Amino acid sequence: MSTIEERVKKIVCEQLGVKEEEVSNESSFVEDLGADSLDTVELVMALEEEFETEIPDEEAEKITTVQEAIDYVVAHQ
Amino acid sequence: MQQDNAGLSGKVALVTGASRGIGRAIALRLGAAGATVIGTATSESGAAAIAEVLSHNGVAGTGMCLDVSSPESIIAVVKEIAEKFGAPTILVNNAGITRDNILMRMKDDEWDSVINTNLSSIYRMSKACVRGMTKARWGRIINISSVVGSMGNAGQSNYAAAKAGLEGYTRSLARELGSRQITVNAVAPGFIDTDMTRGLPEEHRLNLLAQVPLGRLGDPKEIAGVVAFLAGDEGAYVTGETLHVNGGMYMG
Repeated sequence: MSTIEERVKKIVCEQLGVKEEEVSNESSFVEDLGADSLDTVELVMALEEEFETEIPDEEAEKITTVQEAIDYVVAHQ
Repeated sequence: MQQDNAGLSGKVALVTGASRGIGRAIALRLGAAGATVIGTATSESGAAAIAEVLSHNGVAGTGMCLDVSSPESIIAVVKEIAEKFGAPTILVNNAGITRDNILMRMKDDEWDSVINTNLSSIYRMSKACVRGMTKARWGRIINISSVVGSMGNAGQSNYAAAKAGLEGYTRSLARELGSRQITVNAVAPGFIDTDMTRGLPEEHRLNLLAQVPLGRLGDPKEIAGVVAFLAGDEGAYVTGETLHVNGGMYMG
């Protein structure tokens, strides 16, 4: 069973088309990983699916880095 | 019915306002191209009639009751379609109403209901369907406009405003969603032979006809064919466009 961190990073790689070694916990989706606004929405959709949760829009807007995504999932497990 | 080579087989199409006229012709045409079609009407009896027409013509899908002016109704219907048939990736925003009046006599309610049903509804419908389309990396949103959105028409300031707004909306959404291979287009019918135009006074009808170079009313099938073109592979490179289908009444 993978950790939450590994699962989040895997989704980030798949959604944004980046390599695993490019992704660190501090990576910003937009600034470091080249995501556009539509990518970030789709990333949240993918996280919702993976972790079977619903992320409200106002929360989703605050998730801008890999660590923030991990923190959100951990807090809402 | 015309059968083509099942260009849309496997696709789920949602057509609003499908109980009669142009919407009904579109539902049948997309069905003939192989799509599973969900046609909506504002009443349960309308929905049942759509289901009957689809099944009679050998089209997979059903009719459903939907009030496009109600956000809750839209969310519930799109969810039910996704569960029963799969997420719709072809959305035809056809439902519309008219509340004609000259501006000086127009009531707030006549203005608001036309803007809400003809314009705000397409915002809500697209929002509810776009998630499934981005996931599929494929989608078609086709908004039914009117020649009146470009030409204007005395007594239809509310309707013309909604239709012109729809066309601007179409161009913006086309830019937003292009990277996901989702196309967004409008089709603007002219004077088509439907219940809506059959209700016009004879003199008004003749005046309108005099403005049409082809000298006749359009058939709903002639709108449906253009919608099918945009929905299929052949129309894949057209986006953000308004296609005018009006017998030459207005040339953009």
